[in-house]
Amino acid sequence: MNDILKIANKQFGSRLFTGTGKFSSNTLMSEALIASESELITVALKRVDVDNNQDEMLKSILRPSVNLLPNTSGVRNAKEAIFAAQLAREALETNWIKLEIHPDPKYLLPDPIETLKAAEELVKLGFVVMPYIHADPVLCKRLEDVGAQCVMPLGAPIGSNKGIKTVDFLEIIIEQSNVPVIVDAGIGSPSHAAYAMELGADAVLVNTAIAVSQNPVQMAKAFKMAVEAGRIAFNAKLASVKKYAEASSPLTAFLK
Amino acid sequence: MSFENTFNNYDWDTLEKEIYTYTTENVRQVLDKEKINLEDFKVLISPAAKPFLEEMAQRSHTITKKRFGNTIQMYVPMYLSNECQNICTYCGFSMTNKIPRKTLKDNELLQEVAFLKAKGYDHILLVTGEANKTVGVSYIKHAIEIIREHFSNISIEVQPLDQEEYEQLIDAGLYAVLVYQETYHKATYKIHHPKGKKSNFDYRLDTPDRLGKAGIHKIGIGALFGLEDWRVDSFYTALHLKYLQKTYWKTKYSISFPRLRPHQGDVQPKVEMTDADLVQLICAYRLLDEDVELSMSTRESEHFRNNIIKLGITSISAESKTNPGGYSVEPESLEQFEISDERSTAEIKEMIQSQGYEVLWKDWERNFTVKL
Repeated sequence: MNDILKIANKQFGSRLFTGTGKFSSNTLMSEALIASESELITVALKRVDVDNNQDEMLKSILRPSVNLLPNTSGVRNAKEAIFAAQLAREALETNWIKLEIHPDPKYLLPDPIETLKAAEELVKLGFVVMPYIHADPVLCKRLEDVGAQCVMPLGAPIGSNKGIKTVDFLEIIIEQSNVPVIVDAGIGSPSHAAYAMELGADAVLVNTAIAVSQNPVQMAKAFKMAVEAGRIAFNAKLASVKKYAEASSPLTAFLK
Repeated sequence: MSFENTFNNYDWDTLEKEIYTYTTENVRQVLDKEKINLEDFKVLISPAAKPFLEEMAQRSHTITKKRFGNTIQMYVPMYLSNECQNICTYCGFSMTNKIPRKTLKDNELLQEVAFLKAKGYDHILLVTGEANKTVGVSYIKHAIEIIREHFSNISIEVQPLDQEEYEQLIDAGLYAVLVYQETYHKATYKIHHPKGKKSNFDYRLDTPDRLGKAGIHKIGIGALFGLEDWRVDSFYTALHLKYLQKTYWKTKYSISFPRLRPHQGDVQPKVEMTDADLVQLICAYRLLDEDVELSMSTRESEHFRNNIIKLGITSISAESKTNPGGYSVEPESLEQFEISDERSTAEIKEMIQSQGYEVLWKDWERNFTVKL
């Protein structure tokens, strides 16, 4: 079965997107990313030395099958985000941008108002915009309206590893969305990733759970398999969950 | 509204008494909680928590790793001037100390920059005394302007300034300001800062508020350990942190833990803080706050710094010189205080990597701060 994910003009065989923070070395990061078979890898512009084409971190990420997804981590409003996106486009030669605007440096929660503003402007400037946002169905539709090529709602606070806490809202988003839905943030274990995929998410983005694991390479592999399993299960249509057990003595038999 | 209102709700002696009367039972209860609040923090820095140090350290390690990953940020201080019109009883640059005074000129500054860049540094901390006529806002602003193309991230540790002055520096490309209260004990503060602008306790106390209002990216706070009881001073620091986080929620925070070091001058520590005490405090801060940056300078010994990497620290300096021009211009001039860990940057990098941590040189994009 041809199950390819398409975002803007690109196609992805893997539905596991990965991040590059928190690894104990570039070497280990590189090995884990290879094991994940991820084809879209996000990197914080602030971590990259854009004046240095020998940047160690970039060298550890780039492979022919990999698309680089710069993110705007560190910016606090739409204006800074637009500036950062332009800088990333120039330095890293890609018009893809993961739009992250979290003015709150503590929980890194996205600012919905600034994100919508920036997304609208960036789409006009020709960017493929992937916005990191709350699991807010209305906001997702608004982003779709202004031309965002996908939406990236959070499962739980970033880095928390708490899993899919926003499930009720994610289900609505998935039901309503005309663009791919990528669950970003909060996924702490392969079972969380599989669960998100079973719900019908088009992809997931995982960073902390792989980077901070005792064995990032094995964990990356586990996530790859979980995402695949979740996707297959989704396509195979899960048997519906029975809400109530069937009563042994029927209550309406007397009607017969 | 400023921190002063919050500060005035607490009494030093009452806090001290509380902290010293907690029991093992109190500590156990706190450690069984998932979220640690300010009241719990008091228990965790108490003498009663000492037997729980290993448990606290394990927890601090785990939390820090989750939030900051396997990384340690590197930074380096660069002293611009030792001119000072304050008397601080514990400081080598104190006005009454008869030492040669020096303020770096542009060419000297750039010479130091070249030396530090060659070592790999990309986050820099500029330090001065307090001499508003010669080393005022215009000097500091100029220094930021001439070094900003060389560093991704610029912090300062200088005299407290007015909000409008901070705004000027932020516009020039400043990322963070470190300003330590030294001690939150008002009477003791007076004793150690008898003369100069710094003798104004309240102005210093409200400095982070002015920074928050100016919209700075990061504020570093802390107390100088040795002037007063470290436990009470640390509670006030934590109180300050929590107040600031709620009030200026877009700003990041860091805490430093300077212990009084031998220096040119005659005040020696009044209250001792042992290595175990410092570990206890670092872990307590981490348990209180998962996201606050915790910074470790070269004041501490090799042995201590080697072992603190995994305990909750997020940034570290190396090879620091505490005299203006100390790296390359005038390596022999008098230092503010003696550093303890004199290992080279390369050695520190190796030490960190050998423990399974990646050394971060760059974690900021200067174009986010410098709008050219």
